[in-house]
Amino acid sequence: MKAKVTGKVISQSCIAPGIYDLKIETSLAGDAHAGQFVGVFTKDASALLPRPISICGVSDDKKSIRLVYRVAGKGTDGFSKLDEGDEVSLLGVLGNGYDIEKLSSAGNGSGSKVLLLGGGIGIPPMLELAKELHAAGVSVSSVMGYRDERTFLLDEFTAFSDTYVATEDGSLGTKGNVLDAVRENGIEFDAICACGPLPMLRAIKEFAGEKKAYISLEERMACGVGACLGCVVKTKEVDHHSHVNNARICTDGPVFEASEVEI
Amino acid sequence: MMKTEVTIAGVTFKNPVMEGSGTFGSGMEYSEFVDLNKLGAVVTKGVANVPWPGNPTPRVCEVYGGMLNAIGLQNPGIEVFCERDLPFLSKYDTKVIVNVCGRSVEDYVEVAERLSDEDRVDMLEINVSCPNVKEGAIAFGTDRNCLENITSQIKAHTKKPVIMKLTPNVTNIAEMAMAAESGGADAISLINTITGMKIDIERRRFALANKTGGMSGPAIKPVAVRMVYQASHAVKIPVIGMGGIATGDDAIEFMMAGATAVSVGMMNFVNPYATIECVKGIEDYMTRHGIEDINEIIGCV
Repeated sequence: MKAKVTGKVISQSCIAPGIYDLKIETSLAGDAHAGQFVGVFTKDASALLPRPISICGVSDDKKSIRLVYRVAGKGTDGFSKLDEGDEVSLLGVLGNGYDIEKLSSAGNGSGSKVLLLGGGIGIPPMLELAKELHAAGVSVSSVMGYRDERTFLLDEFTAFSDTYVATEDGSLGTKGNVLDAVRENGIEFDAICACGPLPMLRAIKEFAGEKKAYISLEERMACGVGACLGCVVKTKEVDHHSHVNNARICTDGPVFEASEVEI
Repeated sequence: MMKTEVTIAGVTFKNPVMEGSGTFGSGMEYSEFVDLNKLGAVVTKGVANVPWPGNPTPRVCEVYGGMLNAIGLQNPGIEVFCERDLPFLSKYDTKVIVNVCGRSVEDYVEVAERLSDEDRVDMLEINVSCPNVKEGAIAFGTDRNCLENITSQIKAHTKKPVIMKLTPNVTNIAEMAMAAESGGADAISLINTITGMKIDIERRRFALANKTGGMSGPAIKPVAVRMVYQASHAVKIPVIGMGGIATGDDAIEFMMAGATAVSVGMMNFVNPYATIECVKGIEDYMTRHGIEDINEIIGCV
């Protein structure tokens, strides 16, 4: 059941330039899964729309969520000033999230090997996914791509996966993008899950070939609940809602099988 | 006993609170948040004779105190609407107003005729004022002769009461209200969104793929109140007021300006409980001021 609720900030820290790690105690945590997101409201009455932010983590006691986000404008700048004990309005839990069951059976009988690809601010949702897949007994490889050696969350992936890194400037791991690192390390996989900038997702869609790639998309949103039709993506098949080959990223996504969307 | 019922063209609403077309789907998405039985009416997203794909993205952006949208009236067409959305709405004890869009008089008439025999439909709201569809919809709403003509043609093809939804993007709103009335409209609703533009100065690009979009939200409320006041004083038919309504107090303000009913639009996105809170807010106002019948305050200023 979706709801707008008031959460309470447990902690916040800056973990890389412009990247913040925010933990919030909220009743939404009980239903939250990898690949889903929440709408976070600003305290500025002139900036009304909720900011969609992906879930980076759900606490084991299911009482809090973790959001790792980049300051991209006045809304997120306001979030970066939240302190322990502050209240924050949230809309959630939104979106479909990753299908752990389907990913667990991607190996067709033998153990499933899932490759997680995260680029920049697309990395945070991959962490909760790594955790959930690991718990489901899936063999996980994570390849995270950063601009330079100022990484974030990277060491946390090692608890759940074989972890690799790519940096654009070559200061850490493979020089290049996440696919360069996959090739360099000869990583095998049955399915891919990815979140990151659109050019990266396009390249992954092509790279996946016959194998399934599940990509997480973003778009300017308003309602977040599938009513306003602001955040659509073109689909190969006729969509079930409007019957015009436009799926709603906020509700039918944000996770789509790459071959089903035209990006 | 407090009376919150209002009547428009023979249709009685349990309270004056509806939601603005396009902000609420056909009610399904927000039924997770609010009990639709508690609303005066559900006003559906605009529906055309055939499916419309809408505009490219980005379709929405935030502006100071509101937002711009250029959805382009994406909709599944009247057949899917009748097969899926009307049965869903049949489960609720609320009135149903179907918003109709089109590119030509024939398009509107086709949808109006198709809905004439649907018992679940209480009224039609004709969108002749969408700023985001190029092929002319707004032309019907900005030229008084066109508006009068399309109103009378739709009226001639349906037994349902017809609400003409007016655009604020005109020089003289009273004149447009009178044109709708003389065309035979049973009611008018206003305001639709105000045409606006936002430029992303970092990227040197328009924020919306459509370049322009319709502005909604609390920032447009004073414009809307003014237009509801002017329109309602120019005609005898009832007015449904909208534009930035967030609370019961906002609703009361529109009713004092002359609206018989009100719609909550963009603020559903900010507060998914806004419609229900408006109903409660109106009741609180009535209690506070000892008002027995909400109709007492309509146009009282």
